[in-house]
Amino acid sequence: MAHKEPHPDRDLIQGDWTEKSLVEKLLEPVEKPPPRPWRLVAAVGAALTLAWLYAIFVTFVRGLGTWGINQPVAWGLDVVHFVWWIGIGHAGTLISAILVLMRQNWRDSLNRVTEAMTFFAILAAATFPLIHMGRPQHFYWVMPYPTHMALWPQYKSPLSWDVLAIMTYITISTLFLYLGLIPDLALLRERSRGWRRKFYGWLSLGWTGSALHWQRYRAVYVLLAGLATPVVISVHSVVSMDFAYALVPGWHVTIFPPFFAAGAIYSGFAMALTLVIPLRKWYRLEGVITERHLDWMAKITLASGLGVAYIYLLEIFVMWYSAEPHEWAQQLWRMTGPYAPYYWAMMLINVGLLQTLWFPRFRRNIAWLFIFSILANVGMWLERFVIVVISLSHDFVPGSFNLYFPTWVDWTLFLGTLGFFLLGLALFIRLFPPIAVAEMVHLFHKLRKH
Amino acid sequence: MLYGIMAYFDAPERLLSALRVLREEGYRQFEALAPGPLEGLEEALGQRRDEAIPWAAFAFGVLGLGLGLFLQIYTSLDYPINAGGKPLLGWPAFIPVTFEITILTIALGIFLLLLYMTGLPRAAHPAVLARGYPGVLVDRYGIFVYVTDPRFHPTATRSLLESLGAQVEEVGGG
Repeated sequence: MAHKEPHPDRDLIQGDWTEKSLVEKLLEPVEKPPPRPWRLVAAVGAALTLAWLYAIFVTFVRGLGTWGINQPVAWGLDVVHFVWWIGIGHAGTLISAILVLMRQNWRDSLNRVTEAMTFFAILAAATFPLIHMGRPQHFYWVMPYPTHMALWPQYKSPLSWDVLAIMTYITISTLFLYLGLIPDLALLRERSRGWRRKFYGWLSLGWTGSALHWQRYRAVYVLLAGLATPVVISVHSVVSMDFAYALVPGWHVTIFPPFFAAGAIYSGFAMALTLVIPLRKWYRLEGVITERHLDWMAKITLASGLGVAYIYLLEIFVMWYSAEPHEWAQQLWRMTGPYAPYYWAMMLINVGLLQTLWFPRFRRNIAWLFIFSILANVGMWLERFVIVVISLSHDFVPGSFNLYFPTWVDWTLFLGTLGFFLLGLALFIRLFPPIAVAEMVHLFHKLRKH
Repeated sequence: MLYGIMAYFDAPERLLSALRVLREEGYRQFEALAPGPLEGLEEALGQRRDEAIPWAAFAFGVLGLGLGLFLQIYTSLDYPINAGGKPLLGWPAFIPVTFEITILTIALGIFLLLLYMTGLPRAAHPAVLARGYPGVLVDRYGIFVYVTDPRFHPTATRSLLESLGAQVEEVGGG
């Protein structure tokens, strides 16, 4: 070309880099000793994971009576946390998949760490239905397999849709994460010695960087992205149908699938911000995770959060306009009942504080962004609490209204999955580069040389 | 034993034009190595665009669709339950499971197909033995000419590659 305009995304990689120095920098989390906060995160994560295992042990030995669930609140914090964790997973797949299809260059700095986040979030989520079964040793009954009793799962039930949706989601996001890792594993293989060389050698499947392989790899990667995109949307839609299929006041709404999907993207991006901001600071990655990246993430958080806020208001309208007494009673119970503080805290965060993200001054304030991202996760936790617990506690018959009080086992299971999530991510960062090296090098080449 | 000759280029454009020259000279057994996907590679290798993967994905999709529907129709007929008065084969209720199984089949299928087409997993590759090999994973572009190529000649091939602007390294002892 005759004239050479600077690439519009030129500032996505800031600083003076060559391919070599960029690779050195990006592999630092794996190859150099970890910074001090890493040890703290890993230690806290490990301690909470042990507590988690103990709570699971108590659940298995003494049964579900150790939880706070009762009639009618038979779905307690376990289902709240299942939905919460699944939602958090969504940002990872969204950043990887949808932004690949839209050729958004800024995803390259974020996709690896958010895919890892997705992976551990789904694992954390999947444990809740498993231990909620009461007889977890029979979990395989939900799968279609020929039994001597000639029983099959009931495929008209959203609960069996859920099993397939979650399992497909786990499989696709794991494949996607792994496929993206393969070129980096080959790089790590060439740079390491001893057991690490063997470890990366096995995992890299003997990737050499052959140009023809790259061509096919790229075709499969883009296709997987295209497949993961509808799966993301379908998974949380199916989860919402577990609720919407029932007649419980507060659940029986057709808006649930987009409501849950928007909430998932919102909480997922919030969690991604919560993770990326410290990562960027501790590993001094400001050059590759720039303020522009954080700004874009904040904008997507705002957009999906506005969807959530809109549906909160629409829910009130629908409950009033349906003139269905139990629906309207449910809405009033949410706003004025004993759980009202939870409801209003949710409204304050997800409708009120969210509006700060309209303003560049707040979006560019990293401290506020970090605080808000944690608050948004709390807000989304409250939303699931409102949907699950508050709806169930106030159904049709006043005689069966009942409040729900979580026990220490409920709370330990939750904190334990948080610990497992942190420990998993900490170990992941030590073993695998948290930023996709091959993709960043490719992006660097694209931005600087063309 | 000599495995081949590795040539290193510092820009993808040089690699692509060197590939064209090698083909025109009659070389057939060589491989290009790069740190990322290259535009215009098929054309430089004289190949048509490879559409095998998208078509295979479509075929896997049809297979998965059939599997998903078969699973639900078969199990519904094998163990009929009147659930909420819905028709026994109420197809709208079958959409989510069919959809998920379709996607799952495509994803697993194309992943395995990728491994098959690329010959991975692979325990050893001669190009990896080259001293400069780690560079092609970072910022260099390589061509590995196998010693088994009918046109291979230790000095002629070497000087041809050098004339194309490459640094050249012999891989494996002489």
